[in-house]
Amino acid sequence: MRPGGTSVQPLIEPIDNASEIVKVLTLHGGFNTNAVILGTTLLGIAAGVIGAFALLRKRSLTADALSHATLPGIAGAFLIATALGYSGRSMPVLMLGAAITGVIGVACIHLILQHTRLKEDAAIGIVLSVFFGIGIVLLSVVQTSKTGSAAGINHYIYGQTAAMTRSDAYLMGTIGVIASLIALVMLKEFMVVCFNEGFARSTGMPVWLIDSILLGLVVLITVSGLQAVGLILIVAMLIIPPAAARFWTDRLWRLVLISAFIGGLSGYGGAAISAIFPRKPAGSVIVLVAGSLFLVSMLLAPTRGVLADTARRIRLRLLIARDHVLESLYEIELGIANSMHPHASWWLIRLMSLRGWIKQDPHGLVLSESGREQGKRIHRNHRLWEQYLVSYADIAPTHVDWSVDQVEHVLSDELIADLEAALLERGISIPASNGGRA
Amino acid sequence: MIPDFFQTFLLLDLFPLVSALLAAISCGLLGNFLVLRKQSLMGDAISHAVLPGLVAAFLITQSRSPGMMFLGAAISALATVVLVDLIKRLGKVEPGAAMGVVFSVLFALGVLLLENASARSVDLDANCVLHGNLQTLFWTSSPTEWNQLLTPDTLGEIPRQVWTLLGTALAVIAFVSVFFKELRIVSFDPGIATIQGIHAGMMHMALMGFVAIAAVASFDAVGSILVIAMLICPAATARLLTDRLGSQIIVSVIVAIITAIGGYTLAALLGVNAAGMMASFAGVVLATAMIASPSHGIVAKALNHRRLGNLVALEDLLGTLYRLSEQDNEASIANLYASLGVDNRTTKAIDRAEFDGLIVRVNDHIQLTDEGKHQGASIIRRHRLWEGYLVTEAGLSPDHVHETAEQLEHLKGLGVRTDIQPERDPHGKPIPPE
Repeated sequence: MRPGGTSVQPLIEPIDNASEIVKVLTLHGGFNTNAVILGTTLLGIAAGVIGAFALLRKRSLTADALSHATLPGIAGAFLIATALGYSGRSMPVLMLGAAITGVIGVACIHLILQHTRLKEDAAIGIVLSVFFGIGIVLLSVVQTSKTGSAAGINHYIYGQTAAMTRSDAYLMGTIGVIASLIALVMLKEFMVVCFNEGFARSTGMPVWLIDSILLGLVVLITVSGLQAVGLILIVAMLIIPPAAARFWTDRLWRLVLISAFIGGLSGYGGAAISAIFPRKPAGSVIVLVAGSLFLVSMLLAPTRGVLADTARRIRLRLLIARDHVLESLYEIELGIANSMHPHASWWLIRLMSLRGWIKQDPHGLVLSESGREQGKRIHRNHRLWEQYLVSYADIAPTHVDWSVDQVEHVLSDELIADLEAALLERGISIPASNGGRA
Repeated sequence: MIPDFFQTFLLLDLFPLVSALLAAISCGLLGNFLVLRKQSLMGDAISHAVLPGLVAAFLITQSRSPGMMFLGAAISALATVVLVDLIKRLGKVEPGAAMGVVFSVLFALGVLLLENASARSVDLDANCVLHGNLQTLFWTSSPTEWNQLLTPDTLGEIPRQVWTLLGTALAVIAFVSVFFKELRIVSFDPGIATIQGIHAGMMHMALMGFVAIAAVASFDAVGSILVIAMLICPAATARLLTDRLGSQIIVSVIVAIITAIGGYTLAALLGVNAAGMMASFAGVVLATAMIASPSHGIVAKALNHRRLGNLVALEDLLGTLYRLSEQDNEASIANLYASLGVDNRTTKAIDRAEFDGLIVRVNDHIQLTDEGKHQGASIIRRHRLWEGYLVTEAGLSPDHVHETAEQLEHLKGLGVRTDIQPERDPHGKPIPPE
């Protein structure tokens, strides 16, 4: 798809490209491309599902150590296979080697944690760097040996879909489907272990077995994604989708579904984009698509997103400021206060008169009917809570006002009724709303 | 005349070795604080995440100008620290996951840029990023005569990576020695640090800044994998060998030096990748410390455990014999096995006690010697004092205290109260005098 030598071609090129893009995106882009896109999508879905549990179990970065620890396995498997006279590039052989050293790496993390006083972060870092170092050493042995070039092996570090055969893609997709199915069958067990390990143990669940199955699934995803995504970035497919999904929901099964969706979308988008544009390594594109989805989720998600959160906070602050203004206006009307609350600013006043809480008149601000009603209520709440604090919580009367100011806005009707009843029971008169202390 | 082998060394190996040493020392020093603060993986994240900055600087300036590359990498390192913090705080994401998101996205961006850069046929290679290019640091005009060793001409040929690393190492050493007190307090107790007027957040940023500088400076020569290994492994090794921060730092530097020299030598002998070999060697050193550390090693702990087990078995034997002698019962060996359990430990304890002259064997019976009787009495005394304590002070019922006292009797030097001297334990048995 590179511009050719003539000057006409670049004009035609974009149209050609556009139809090509549609073809690839709708899975009409040739059999090989389709297989790769499909395989990556399935892998993405599986990584999303399993990553969700890994995240909840706080195993995200263990997966990072695991994926780095696959390198010596890959290089070692290549060396052994070629020494025995087989083709060193066969994907199942390399995947087996990768899985073996990956698991050894995780076992080393456990050994370090069990037998030394080093913490988890150090253990992960040690395994990650040392195993990767061993892998680099073995790679340099592969490169200098006469048996074959390491060109095919280097792809496992950064990933390259172009080098994949159709059967590689099928293998990847099949493993993805199997891993997702296992995860769904184990959903209940994973859930219990993730949320309440103590409870799981007390009901006699084999926690170590469930953990091992989860680890096994992470290994499966890691090794099957090595060729497409590369061993440095594969961990992103396990971490980013669930971290993004976490913004959308608080419920586990929804988290798993959304995470699977984001993972699948990243896999699909990444593989398709890298098929359309030359020299765009699929692994990086997949991770960048996932990263964009993470950013969107973090900003825009309705419940836990940053924007929604900020909006909520601003709204609450406005409500409180409004209440303070209404309260002090009401108290000015009663004659027990003579100055405005400092929260009153010109735009707040303007907003409130637009909403019909207050009216401007020649003498200044006055409350509307609804504003007076509201002001009265807040004033009464204030008194009620103040009284409660003085009589129940042993707070000196001079210190009450400050804490009341924060609480008066959040009192629910039931709580107010309870307070009234409690104060009555103790024979303490309920403060009237006219400011008199009865 | 410089001998041939040394000339080859000067030509091929001197600068790679010096670079590796300097990188190892800088990273090893800073790693101490990362490991203590449980932030080892921040080093990992930073060294992955500097990639886009490096490549962007390269793409913008179209040259491998060291200053610009350094700037680019420093900017993306800083961005990593800030982004991780931001995502942690705003998104309430678990720290590990936040780190994973940031570094993998930045690294992916770097790889993508790198592909574009190498499309324009340049000498920036994805694999160099991981394991550096130590082998290119040869001394082009290495001297052949001793008196040429330090002339301006030959010194001028020293590769700039070596100067960068030297500067970095000196800066890191200065930073750690000037701010040692602050770093120590912030690492152990940020709360106390704040009370003492040390800005914990500022110290964190300064530490991260130096980690970034060390990572970027080392990057070019030794690659990111060695940076990560050197940030974590020497400090972790030292942590297994010492208990004080001061000595831990010194040990970590020594370990870093041993690792660099050992790894490099092995790599040169075997003809394999030097950065990878050094990282592997760091693992070997760590594993050795893990197994053989005199205070925290697996072997030391196992030996200690066994010694303690034998001691407990011996004390149980003496205690049982004393009890039997109290009741004027014959202590046949069969009797002993019945009450202590038939195991290897008991057999060994009997042999040991006989060897130490605490018991004598008469036919198939065992008698305490005077010394044995004395020791047995003191064990039983501790046992019964504990029983008394558990009943009167801890409020346990008399028939529940035996098992607990059985374990507590082996504790020594706890200073069981001597001001009250009960005559009998809760079961009415006499407590032997001191």
